[in-house]
Amino acid sequence: MTPVLRTHKLSKAFYGIAAVKEVDFTVGAGEVVGLIGQNGAGKSTLMNLIGGVVQPDSGKMAYQGQPYAPRSPADATRSRIAFIHQELNLFTNLSIAENIFIEGFPTIGRGPFRLIDRAAVRRHTREVLETVGLDLSPDMPVDRLSPGERQLVEIAKALYLDASLIIFDEPTTSLTTRETEKLFEIMRRLRDQGKALVYISHILTDVLAISDQIAVMRDGQLVTQAPTSTFDVNRMISLMVGRSIESLYPKRTTAPSATPLLELRGISAKGIVENIHLEVHQGEVVGLFGLMGSGRTELARMLFGLDAFERGEIVINGQVLHRTSPRSSIRHRIAFVTENRREEGLLMNINIADNIALVALPTFASPLTQIIHQADLLAAAHHLAGQLQLKSGNIAAQAAKALSGGNQQKVVILKWLLSQPSVFIMDEPTRGIDVGAKYEIYSIIDQLAASGSGILFISSELEELMGMCDRIVVMSRGEVVASFPRAQFDAESILRAAFREMNGQNSQNSHPHPTHTPVGHFSAALKGEHES
Amino acid sequence: MSVLRQSTKPTTTGRTNFAQVLLNNSTIVLFVAVFVIFGLSSPRIFEGNTLIESVLNIAKQASFTGIIAVGMTFVLLTAGIDLSVGSNMYLSSVVAGLLMRYQGFDVIPALIVALLVGTLFGAFNAFCIVKLRIVPFMVTLGTLVVGRGIGTALTESKQIDFPRQMLDFGLISILGIPMPIIAFGLVTVVTFVILTRTPIGRQVYALGNDVEVAKKAGIDADRVTALVYIVSGFCAALAGFILIAQIGRLDRSFAEGKEFDAIAAAVLGGTSLFGGVGNVLGTVVGALLIQMVQYMLQFNNVNLYIQPMVRAAIIFMAVFFDSLRESNLTRLKRRFIRPIEN
Repeated sequence: MTPVLRTHKLSKAFYGIAAVKEVDFTVGAGEVVGLIGQNGAGKSTLMNLIGGVVQPDSGKMAYQGQPYAPRSPADATRSRIAFIHQELNLFTNLSIAENIFIEGFPTIGRGPFRLIDRAAVRRHTREVLETVGLDLSPDMPVDRLSPGERQLVEIAKALYLDASLIIFDEPTTSLTTRETEKLFEIMRRLRDQGKALVYISHILTDVLAISDQIAVMRDGQLVTQAPTSTFDVNRMISLMVGRSIESLYPKRTTAPSATPLLELRGISAKGIVENIHLEVHQGEVVGLFGLMGSGRTELARMLFGLDAFERGEIVINGQVLHRTSPRSSIRHRIAFVTENRREEGLLMNINIADNIALVALPTFASPLTQIIHQADLLAAAHHLAGQLQLKSGNIAAQAAKALSGGNQQKVVILKWLLSQPSVFIMDEPTRGIDVGAKYEIYSIIDQLAASGSGILFISSELEELMGMCDRIVVMSRGEVVASFPRAQFDAESILRAAFREMNGQNSQNSHPHPTHTPVGHFSAALKGEHES
Repeated sequence: MSVLRQSTKPTTTGRTNFAQVLLNNSTIVLFVAVFVIFGLSSPRIFEGNTLIESVLNIAKQASFTGIIAVGMTFVLLTAGIDLSVGSNMYLSSVVAGLLMRYQGFDVIPALIVALLVGTLFGAFNAFCIVKLRIVPFMVTLGTLVVGRGIGTALTESKQIDFPRQMLDFGLISILGIPMPIIAFGLVTVVTFVILTRTPIGRQVYALGNDVEVAKKAGIDADRVTALVYIVSGFCAALAGFILIAQIGRLDRSFAEGKEFDAIAAAVLGGTSLFGGVGNVLGTVVGALLIQMVQYMLQFNNVNLYIQPMVRAAIIFMAVFFDSLRESNLTRLKRRFIRPIEN
C-alpha cells in the first residue's frame, strides 16, 4: 500500500526549542492513524507542518508520491488535505450551505452579473449533509446548530472539497456520546472509501476504538507507530509519560498551613465546568492539572471574575462571594497571572515601570488630587524588580516588549506583587520561556508561598507541577476528578486520572489513589450521570 | 438578527424565546410603535389625501439618507465604518455643480462625473485602509475633513446655484412616484441582490463574522474590504446629486453630519456595528423610521430644540439594542468543553 502522506526526518524548532524532532510519520489510504501524546508533545506542530501553517526547518514530506512542501494553509487545501479543528472554522452568520460553498459558489449568468446558483448549492448541500447523517435544511443558519452539528458541518465541508487526507484534531471534546458514535461511523465509512484519516485525541479508548494504527509522540519525537492491536490504555500512557528531572526545581522552603485562603464550593457553568470544589491554604502551592480543554483556564477566569458562573460560591479569607468581577477580586487580594503574556498580561508598548504600576496605581495616588506620586512608585517598582532580579534597562524607559520571555513574565508577576495579593492564580506561568528563567519563576513561586500566599498553579506540564506543588488537583471535561497530595505524586497515576473521565468505562479501576478531599464522592456521584 | 431574516423552521436545537424574537426584530417593533404613537397623537394624518401625501413625502425625504445608509450597510457588515459620506456628497456635488454652471454640462454627464468622483473618493478610502493599513475610523475621519476642504477651496466657499434643468431633473416622476424614491428603490434592489445572491456579497458577511476564518477559507479579504468602501462612495455621490436636484443650490454646509444619519439608519435597521449582521431591507426600514420620526415631530410642531434630542434618543436605543444582540451572539459563540445533555 502506498502511503498518502509520509514525512521524513521532519524537524521544527521555535526559538531554539525543538517542537518536532526528526519525525517519520506515515498515513496510508484507507487507514485511520490515531495520534496521541501529552500537551506540548509536538502533535499540533506536526499537524501545522502538514497544513502549511508553519514550514519545517529540515526534513521533507511526500504526499501521494509527490514531494510536498506547503507554503500556506491554502496550499494544503489545494492538495485536498482537510482539517477538522477543535475550534470550528464556521461563519455563524451564514447558512450551512453558504459555509460549505464560501470558497467557491456555483454561479449562473455571465461576466460581472453572475448570481449564486442557489438551487445547485442547496442540492449539493443536501447531498453532503446526507453523507454525514445530518437532517437539516441547507438554509439553516449555523448559529442555531449545536456544537456537534457544527462539527458535522465541518466534516461535510471537507467531504465536499473531496479531501483525500482528513485530519481530526480533538473533534469529540464537545460532542455527546451519540454524536461521537455517529462521527466514528462516518469516519469508518470514509476509511472504507479509501481516504486517509488522522485522528488526534486525548480520549484514549476512542483512539483504540477507531484507529488502525497508533502513533505516540513525546518531547517532539515520534516514539512509536504501530498497529492498534499492539496497544492498550496502559501502554499508551506509559509511552506518553516522559522522564522527570528533579534538579530543575528549587527545594520548597516551607510547608503549607491549615488556614484556607480560597475555597470554591460547587462552581458550575453549563457546558463549561461542573460542581468544582477546591481549596487553597496559606503557604500552599496547589497544582491544577488537566489536558487541553479540561476547563482549567475557564475555571481560573471564573474565579477571577472574568467570566460568569451559574451556581456555587467562592470564599476568600472567609468572605463568601456569589458574584465576582476583576475589581472585586483585586480588592480581595487575588492576583491573576494570565496564560497569555502578550495579549492579556502586559501592555507591550508601555514602559516596564508603568506596567508594574498598573494594578496598584490607585494606592500611589494622592487621596485628594489623585495625582500619582511618581517617585514613590518608581522606588517601589525598582525595589521589587531588584528582588525578582529583573534583567532590564531603565525600567522607566524600556518598553515591556523589549524584554525576554522570562523577564516579561517577571513583570507580570511584579505588577501583582505591588498590590500585595494573598492568592495567586498562575496560568501557565512558564510557557515559552527557557529553562533558566523557569527556575527563577519557580523560585519566586516558592518565595510567595513562604511569605504566606496561596498559589493556584495551572500548567500543562505535569513535571513542573510535581516539582513545585504541595498538592495536585486534576480536571477533566470541566470536572475535578482527582486530588493527589505530594506524597502520592506519580506521573502515571496523575495522567491516568486526567484521562479517566474521558475514558468512561474503565474509570473505576484506573484510579489507584483514594483522594483526601470531598472530590472523591463528587466524582462518584457524577459517574452515574455520565453512564446514563 | 434583522427585519427580514429568512424564516427558519423550528429545530431541535432552536434556542429562541420571546425576548430574543423581539430583540431580533427590534426595528419592526420600533417602527410599529412610532407609527401607532404618530397615529394616536395626530389622527388627522389618516384622513384622505394627507396620508398618501405624507407617505410619499416621508419616503422621498428618506431616500437621500436611505441611499447613503445602504452603502454604509456594506461597510458596517465588514465591521468597518465610513465617516466621510457627508463630505463625499458635498465634494462630488461641487464638481458636478461647477461643470454644469461654468462648463455647460448637461444633467446626465454631470451625474456621471459626480458618481465617478464619489467612487474615486471611496476608492481612496479603500486604498488607505487596505494598502496603508490605517484603521477605517481614522481614514474616513481624515477624508471627511479633506473632502470638505477641497470642495470649499474649489468653490471659494461660495454658494453654487444650479441651472434650471437640474431642478427639472429633480421633478421627474414616473406613475406619480418621485424620482428620488425610484432611485432609492433601484439602489435597494440592486444591492439586495448583490448582498444575498452573489459570491462577493456572501463573502462580505463572512468577512464581518470572522476575518481570520475568512482568510483561512481563501477569501480575498482586501478585495472585499475595498469593494465596500467603493460602494459606499458611489452611493454617497448618488444621494448627493439627487438631493441637490431637489434644492437646486449648494452651500458649504451641504450634507454636513449625514454620516450620522446613515449609520443610524443602518443600525436602526438591524445592521450590527460589530460586523456580519444586517441587510439592506432592514436599512430601508431604518431610514424610513428616522424620517417618520422627523416628520412626526414637525407635524406636531414639537419645539425645534427638542427635535434633535428625540432623534438622538431613538438612535441611542437602536445602538443599545445592537449591543444587546451582540452580547447575545457572543454567548452563542462561547466554546463548550463538555457536552450539554438535555
